[in-house]
Amino acid sequence: MAADGSLAMNGGTGMRSGRANSMQRFARRRSTIAFVMTLPLLAIIVGLVAYPAAYAIYLSTLNRRMTEFAGTLNFELLFESDTFWAVAFQSCFFAITAVLLKALLGFWLAHMLHHIPDKGQRKWRGMLLVPWVIPPALSTLGWWWMFDPSYSSINWLLAIVSVPEVPWLGHHWWARIAIIMVNVWIGAPFFMIMYLAALKSVPEQLYEAAAIDGASSWQRLRYVTLPMMANIISITVLFSLIVTFANYDIVRVLTNGGPRDLTHVFASYAFQVGILSGNIPRGAAVSLFMFPILAICAFFVLRSVTRRNKEQM
Amino acid sequence: MSKHGITRRNVMRNGAGVLAATAVGAPMVHAQGTGGTIRCGFWDHWVPAGNGILRELCAEWGQRNRVEVNIDFITSVGNQNLLTIAAQAQSRSGHDLLSFPTWEPASKAELLEPVDDVMGRLIQKYGAVTPAAEYLGKIRGKWVAIPAVSGTQMKPACVRFDLMQQHAGIDIRAMWPAENRQGPGADTWNWNTFLTAAEKCHAAGFPFGMPMGSFTDAVDTVGAIFASFGAFMMDERGNPTVRGNAKLRTAVEYMVRLSRFLPNDVWAWDDASNNRALISGRSALIFNPPSAWAVAKRDAPQVSQNCWTVPMPAGPEGRFVPYLPYFWGIWSFSRQKPAAKGLLEFLSERPQAERQTTTSNGYDIPPFASMSDFSIWATEGPPTGTVFNYPLKAHHNARTSVAMAPAPAEFAVQAYTQALNTKVVARVVQGGETIDQALTWLERELTNIRRGG
Repeated sequence: MAADGSLAMNGGTGMRSGRANSMQRFARRRSTIAFVMTLPLLAIIVGLVAYPAAYAIYLSTLNRRMTEFAGTLNFELLFESDTFWAVAFQSCFFAITAVLLKALLGFWLAHMLHHIPDKGQRKWRGMLLVPWVIPPALSTLGWWWMFDPSYSSINWLLAIVSVPEVPWLGHHWWARIAIIMVNVWIGAPFFMIMYLAALKSVPEQLYEAAAIDGASSWQRLRYVTLPMMANIISITVLFSLIVTFANYDIVRVLTNGGPRDLTHVFASYAFQVGILSGNIPRGAAVSLFMFPILAICAFFVLRSVTRRNKEQM
Repeated sequence: MSKHGITRRNVMRNGAGVLAATAVGAPMVHAQGTGGTIRCGFWDHWVPAGNGILRELCAEWGQRNRVEVNIDFITSVGNQNLLTIAAQAQSRSGHDLLSFPTWEPASKAELLEPVDDVMGRLIQKYGAVTPAAEYLGKIRGKWVAIPAVSGTQMKPACVRFDLMQQHAGIDIRAMWPAENRQGPGADTWNWNTFLTAAEKCHAAGFPFGMPMGSFTDAVDTVGAIFASFGAFMMDERGNPTVRGNAKLRTAVEYMVRLSRFLPNDVWAWDDASNNRALISGRSALIFNPPSAWAVAKRDAPQVSQNCWTVPMPAGPEGRFVPYLPYFWGIWSFSRQKPAAKGLLEFLSERPQAERQTTTSNGYDIPPFASMSDFSIWATEGPPTGTVFNYPLKAHHNARTSVAMAPAPAEFAVQAYTQALNTKVVARVVQGGETIDQALTWLERELTNIRRGG
């Protein structure tokens, strides 16, 4: 490589013309080549992320007919709406509760699996991944049949043991619980598989050293396993938080936001306002509320990951 | 010169002639006609044969007018049709004509080709269009879409006449026979009678299956009840009319009373729940098009044989039947506007309308009152005449109702999809609020909608 960062070139044009001109030198720079090679990725990010995001921001500043600039009117109206605040509460409640439960359940399952011998482990791993593999809309439909207001099979089973009928989708708290249950059922295997991979990467010597020091099983978990898994836990939680926050299909299939809009999340409410009510700018404004909340979460989680990495180096 | 008379020059000349003739004649051979191609996006009908008849009618018209008609059937499951409309409106490309559900013509009025000429001719031939269709399809004095036959439905009461007779003492078939007249006691078929019957049937274990959630069946039914009490939440100019509205208060009070006699879980019911309630034999009455009866005919014949469709009960301000129409609209960016208009006019004419209604077993309702005498409604059964009173007939003394009317469509659609009328009742019954609190909430929501423009 030459001193200016360009790659040395033998023969061809360089040989014929003696010295490369400035254009050729520019094309040979590593930074130029790197830029050209990242162009496909940049095109994807600009086309599928930046442009839609910018367009959503633009849409949210228009009036309902999309004929005039309305400034922040859509946001102001949302702030004044009781329904919107109920949606904001439910979105946060749903995402936080569901992610915590998924993380706990996934962690427990991963531990259980980790202690099963390799031969049998594969079978259990496959079975436990099934809920995550089935398309969510389809499995949610199955759950909906089980929660059906009039013919719930779960209620039928409860009735056998003389437990009174539960209004799974008719009462807002039960409906919220039902939605979280389904989300946890679908999402826990993802946590399980990630945590299992992390558990397998913890060096066995650390446990041996801890055992020599007389550490209890709780101490091994607290001082060896958890610190070694901290990064993967953070990243998994962040990823799941993003996906859960933007969840749409479970709410849409199970409750359609009811009763009384108390189970709507941002995505389902944005669809109702934007597409069903024909108010695309207001729908865009609703969906944009997810962005700052998730950006703040992502900032703190990624910062803690970076700090931990620096400490380990 | 050749001794056979075949010269190189002759071969070349004749060959060129053949080529030219082929080139000129080719389009006439390969295309169906010179009128080009129309791309249609029709609603994917619930009744399977409903798509077939449209395909058949389009092919007939296409052959007659030498136009190729391409048809896509777009489902409303998962709101696929709404998404398609939104996408085509944004991109200004797609089909030439589409089926537009209830509120979409108003929402996309600026992008739709006015069809006053077609509607003018149809009205001249068949008389006035039902006012609810006019409210939804005629925007700022212009028809922006044609009220469709295929997919348009009403939601009158489908009654289990045996249970109604046994538990409420009402002979509903005598009241509303399969004839163009009212029977004895039809004048007492009002919301007070209905409430008493609801209480009795509830006590007997066959509660009326009336959804109270946010799906269309619930919103339409409650909308019709509100209309029959003269309870409107917004006026024609879009001003909320909640404060000091005694009629609205009375309607909400009535709904709160009625809710006590409905199944506990109606707040979570969707559009299929009432059908299931009827078909399973658990309910004595639902508000629905004949599709519920048709499914019962297939799956539970003992239930369907005891079903009878009758008009809605009347309120202090009259009798209103929930009406949920589809429209056929032509995009302003279509390049086949004249042909599309021709096709839609053909589909709306009486013979074609009757074929659509007959094929859908009477489900499809034409927009013209003069077409409420198709024979299918009198012959369908068992029991024969069960859906005779499904379309609006003169002796019903009823009007079609669109929930949230007479508010301007752009506001009404928002109140409709947010199911404000059922929620105001739910806030009292389920949420434990007082009627005043619920009405204050309603006014805030409507004001919010209005301010959004």
